[in-house]
Amino acid sequence: MMLFMLLFSRQGKLRLQKWYMAYPDKVKKKITRELVTTILARKPKMCSFLEWKDCKIVYKRYASLYFCCAIEQNDNELLTLEIIHRYVELLDKYFGSVCELDIIFNFEKAYFILDELLIGGEIQETSKKNVLKAIASQDLLQEVSTTEIKKNSFIVCNKLLLIMFYNRMKSWNMHAIANSP
Amino acid sequence: MAPVRGDGMRGLAVFISDIRNCKSKEAEVKRINKELANIRSKFKGDKTLDGYQKKKYVCKLLFIFLLGHDIDFGHMEAVNLLSSNKYSEKQIGYLFISVLVNTNSDLIRLIIQSIKNDLQSRNPVHVNLALQCIANIGSRDMAESFSNEIPKLLVSGDTMDVVKQSAALCLLRLFRSSPEIIPGGEWTSRIIHLLNDQHMGVVTAATSLIDALVKRNPEEYKGCVNLAVSRLSRIVTASYTDLQDYTYYFVPAPWLSVKLLRLLQNYNPVTEEPGVRARLNETLETILNKAQEPPKSKKVQHSNAKNAVLFEAINLIIHSDSEPTLLVRACNQLGQFLSNRETNLRYLALESMCHLATSEFSHEEVKKHQEVVILSMKMEKDVSVRQMAVDLLYAMCDRSNAEEIVQEMLNYLETADYSIREEMVLKVAILAEKYATDFTWYVDVILNLIRIAGDYVSEEVWYRVIQIVINREEVQGYAAKTVFEALQAPACHENMVKVGGYILGEFGNLIAGDSRSAPLVQFKLLHSKYHLCSPMTRALLLSTYIKFINLFPEIRTNIQEVFRQDSNLRSADAELQQRASEYLQLSIVASTDVLATVLEEMPSFPERESSILAVLKKKKPGRVPENEIRESKSPAPNTIQNNALTNHKVNSNANTDLLGLSTPPSNNVLNNSTNSGTLIDVLGDIYGSTNNNTAVYNSKKFLFKNNGVLFENEMLQIGVKSEFRQNLGRLGLFYGNKTQIPLTNFVPALQWESDNALKLNVQMKPVEPTLEAGAQIQQLLTAECIEDYADAPTIEVNFRYNGAQQKFNIKLPLTINKFFEPTEMNADSFFARWKNLSGDQQRAQKVFKAQQPLDLPGARNKLTGFGMQLLDNVDPNPDNMVCAGIIHTQTQQVGCLLRLEPNKQAQMFRLTIRASKESVTREICELLTDQF
Repeated sequence: MMLFMLLFSRQGKLRLQKWYMAYPDKVKKKITRELVTTILARKPKMCSFLEWKDCKIVYKRYASLYFCCAIEQNDNELLTLEIIHRYVELLDKYFGSVCELDIIFNFEKAYFILDELLIGGEIQETSKKNVLKAIASQDLLQEVSTTEIKKNSFIVCNKLLLIMFYNRMKSWNMHAIANSP
Repeated sequence: MAPVRGDGMRGLAVFISDIRNCKSKEAEVKRINKELANIRSKFKGDKTLDGYQKKKYVCKLLFIFLLGHDIDFGHMEAVNLLSSNKYSEKQIGYLFISVLVNTNSDLIRLIIQSIKNDLQSRNPVHVNLALQCIANIGSRDMAESFSNEIPKLLVSGDTMDVVKQSAALCLLRLFRSSPEIIPGGEWTSRIIHLLNDQHMGVVTAATSLIDALVKRNPEEYKGCVNLAVSRLSRIVTASYTDLQDYTYYFVPAPWLSVKLLRLLQNYNPVTEEPGVRARLNETLETILNKAQEPPKSKKVQHSNAKNAVLFEAINLIIHSDSEPTLLVRACNQLGQFLSNRETNLRYLALESMCHLATSEFSHEEVKKHQEVVILSMKMEKDVSVRQMAVDLLYAMCDRSNAEEIVQEMLNYLETADYSIREEMVLKVAILAEKYATDFTWYVDVILNLIRIAGDYVSEEVWYRVIQIVINREEVQGYAAKTVFEALQAPACHENMVKVGGYILGEFGNLIAGDSRSAPLVQFKLLHSKYHLCSPMTRALLLSTYIKFINLFPEIRTNIQEVFRQDSNLRSADAELQQRASEYLQLSIVASTDVLATVLEEMPSFPERESSILAVLKKKKPGRVPENEIRESKSPAPNTIQNNALTNHKVNSNANTDLLGLSTPPSNNVLNNSTNSGTLIDVLGDIYGSTNNNTAVYNSKKFLFKNNGVLFENEMLQIGVKSEFRQNLGRLGLFYGNKTQIPLTNFVPALQWESDNALKLNVQMKPVEPTLEAGAQIQQLLTAECIEDYADAPTIEVNFRYNGAQQKFNIKLPLTINKFFEPTEMNADSFFARWKNLSGDQQRAQKVFKAQQPLDLPGARNKLTGFGMQLLDNVDPNPDNMVCAGIIHTQTQQVGCLLRLEPNKQAQMFRLTIRASKESVTREICELLTDQF
C-alpha cells in the first residue's frame, strides 16, 4: 500500500501532497521537509529507491518536478515507479504536454486524476484509456451544468481569451524555468 | 497546449499568479492574509453567495492550505457544496473535505448524509466521488455508516464495473480501520470469485482487498489460491495484444500479476493440490523464461514492468523455499542483474539475493557471485547500493568464504561512508566470531577493526574480544604479542589502548621473555598513551599496572612512582584517586602471596550469546539480513542438489555450536523462566519423588508455554526453550549439572515409537557424553509434524553420577497444540463454522471439576498460551471462552474450535472441541481436560 505521494519542485516547493495514512499535520510537515531535503541532495544517476524509517521511498524526477512515493516494506518498488509514470502520462494526456505550471494552476484537476488512479493507496485502474474516460465523463458533467445555466457564447469567448492568456504566461514561464540555473 | 476542460475559475488563477509574483516570503504572507480576510468577510456576509463563488473561495482556501498555511474556517461552506446540483461544485466540496476535514470533525454527520445521497445516485460518477471520499477519510464513523452498502455494492450484479473497482478499494480502506465491516458466510465466496471477473480493473482492485482479508483469515479465503493461480497463468501466457489497454508497454497486466503473486505469498505452502502446484510452477518458469527473451521495447517502462513481475515471482519462489530448480534459476537471473546498467536493478538484485542466501537450496549459488558483489561494495556510486552489497556479503558468508569476505570488508572499511561504518564494524565482528576456526585470525580481525575504524567500534565489540581471549588459552600469547605490536603505532585509537591494557595486564608475562617486549618496555609503552586517554581508560590502565606488579615484581618501583604522581594520587577524578591510592598501598603492604591471590588471572566468562548481534538487531530492527540458513521446508530435498547440500549442512551445524552465537542464551533462559512462570510452576509436579528414577516426568504446564524448567532434581536441571512455525518446531534442551562432580556416560535418547515417528518426525543432535561439574550443555531438537498425532515423545536421560547409574524419563513439550496457528474471526463466521462441524466425529465434550478456586483470567491466559486465538465478543455469555486455531501438519491443516463454559456454582467446566478431524478433536479434548 502506498502511504503517501508528494510532488515537489527542484527548488523544494511542494506542489501536491496526497496522504493515504492519517498523520497529524505536524508530522506531515516534518516528513515533507525531511524527504524534500534528502531527495534533492541525491545525484541523478543514483538509485530511485531508498530505505527511510520503516518504509521505502521511490522517487523519480520529471523535468523540474520530483514525484516521490512512500510504500510499505513488501511493496514492489519497480511497479511504484510505473505508477508514477502512469500518473505523469495521464497528466500529460489531460493537459497536453504537462508542465509544473499546469499542476500549480489546476491543482484540483491533478487531485481528481490521482483519485481515479489510486484509492486508499492502492491502484484502482491501470488502464490509461479508462482513467481518461472517467475524467472526461466528470468534465462532461461540468460542461452540461455550465452550459445549462449560462447559454451564452460570450462566456465561451471569454474562456478562450483566458486560455490564450494562460498559454502565453505558461510558455513565458517555461522559458524562465529552462534558463534558471 | 490543449484547453483545460471544465470551467476555469478566473479569480483563482489570478490569485495563484499573484502569489507566484510575490518577490519575498513576507509579500506572499501579506497577500495570503489579505485574501483570507476577504474570504472570511464574504463567508460571514449577509448576502448569500452563489455556488460558483463558494467553490472559488473554497478552492482558494485549499490552495493556501497546500502552500503550508493553516486553515481554520470554510468547512461549513465546503459541506454545503456537497449537496450542490452542479457536479464541479460538489467535486470541489469533496476535495476540500478529503484534504482538510479530520475524522472527528463535528461536521462528519452532515458529510455522511451527503455521501449517502450520492451513493444512491444513478450516475456512477457521483457514486465514485462518494466512494473516493469515504476512502480518503476512512474513519470508523464511515465504516459504521456504510457497513451495509459498500460490501453489497461490491458483489451486486447490477453495479457497474467502475463502481465495483472503487467499492473494493474503499472497503479495503474501511477494513483497515474497522475489520468487523467484512461480512462472512456466503459473501466470502462471492468476493473470492471476483478474481474471475471479466473486467481486469475489477480484478486488480479486488485482489488488493482479498490480499488484506487473507492476511487476517487465511483459512476462510483459501479458495482464492486456485483462482489466483489460474488467473495469473492466463495473464502470463497471454500475448501482449490480448489484454489491450491492460498491457503496459508490452507487458500484460503487470499490476495485477504482481498483486496475484503477492496474494499467493500469504500461504505456505501455497497449495497442497499437486495440479495447482504444477500450474503455479509452470507459470513461475514462464516468467523466468520471459526474462531471458529479448526486450520488446527499449523503454525503461517496459523493463521496469517486466522486472517488477519477475522480482515478485522470485519473492514467491523464495517464500515457498521448496523448489530447488526455481531457486537456482532465480539466483542466476539476479546474478545477471548484478552487472546491469540500471542502478535500480542492481539494487533490487542485491536485496533479493540477501533472501536467497538464507535458503539452503540457493546459498551455494549465491556464493558464486561473490566477486561481483565485492566489486559492487567497492565501486557503486550510490551509498545505498553499496550498503546493500555489504548486507548481501554478510548474508552469504559462511565458513568457506568468511576469511575472504571479512578481509574485503575490512579493506573497504578504510574508505567506507561514515553512515555505514558502525554497522559494518558490527557485521565484521559478528562474522569473525561466528566463523573463526583459528582464534588468532579472530584477534587480528578485531584489532584491525579498531585500527581502521576505532571510532565506530562500540564497547560491546571490544568487551567481546576480551571475553574470547580470556576464555581461550591457545590464543592468549598471540593476543598479547599482537596488541603489543599494535600499540607501537605512534597514534593509536583509545579502544586499542583499552584492549591492549587489559590483555597485557592479564597475559603480558607470556611475551616478557623477549627482550623487545620486556616488562619495563611493556609498561613504558602503555604509559606513553596514558596522558592522552579519558579517565575511564586511565582507570583501566591503573588496574593493568597493579597487575604488572604481580606479574613483574622487578618493575614495582617504576609503577609505584606512577601511582604516587600528584595527577593520580591527588586526581580530581575520584575513581582515579581511589585506584591510585589503594593500588599503591596494596603494592607496599601486601605479601607476594596476597598479591598473587588478589591479582590472579581473571576467571573465564560464561559462554553466552554475543551481545554484538543484539546491537545490530537494535540498530536495524526487523531488517537485519540474516546470516543463518533456514531449514528447508521441503521434506525430501532434490537429489541433484544433495552434494552441495550435505556439505553445507555440515558447515552450518558446526557453526551454530561455536560460542553459542546463534543459540539462545542458556543461563538466562533458565533464570527467566523460573521467575516468570511461578504461578503455574507451583502446580507443576517437577519435585516429585527423585527415588523413583524411572517415572515419567510429564508436566502438563508445558501445554501452555514453550520455555521453562522441564525437570529438576538435586543433580540435574533440564531447561527447554522452543519455537514453532507452521508445522515445524525447534527445541533447545539445556542440561545443567548441579553437582560438584562430572556426570559421565551422559546420553539423552529419544523414545518415540516408529508409527508415531511417521506422524511427528523428531531429530535430535548428539551431545558430549560428559557433563562437567556446574556446566551446562545444550541439545538441539527439530520436530516436523507430518500429520496429527496423540501424546508426546519422551526422552530417556541416562548418566552415571558418582558411579551410580541414573535414569529419568521426561516427556517433551511437543504436544499437537504446539502446531496451532491462532485464527481471528468474528461471531458470524465462528458460529457458521461451529454449526458446520456438528458431525459425531467432529465433536468432543468433557465436563470436569475446576481447580480451586475457579480462576477465569487464569483460564484465559492458559488458552492463549495453548496456541489458539481467544475470541472476545463472540459468545453471548461473557464468562464463556471461545477459541479458534488451525493445526498445521505437512499433509493437511486442521481447523479447530473450542468453547469452555464455566459453571460457577458447581465449580465445574464444560469443554467442547470441534475440529474437522476426529483424532484431533479427541486429542485436544484429552489434553485440556482437568487443566483449568
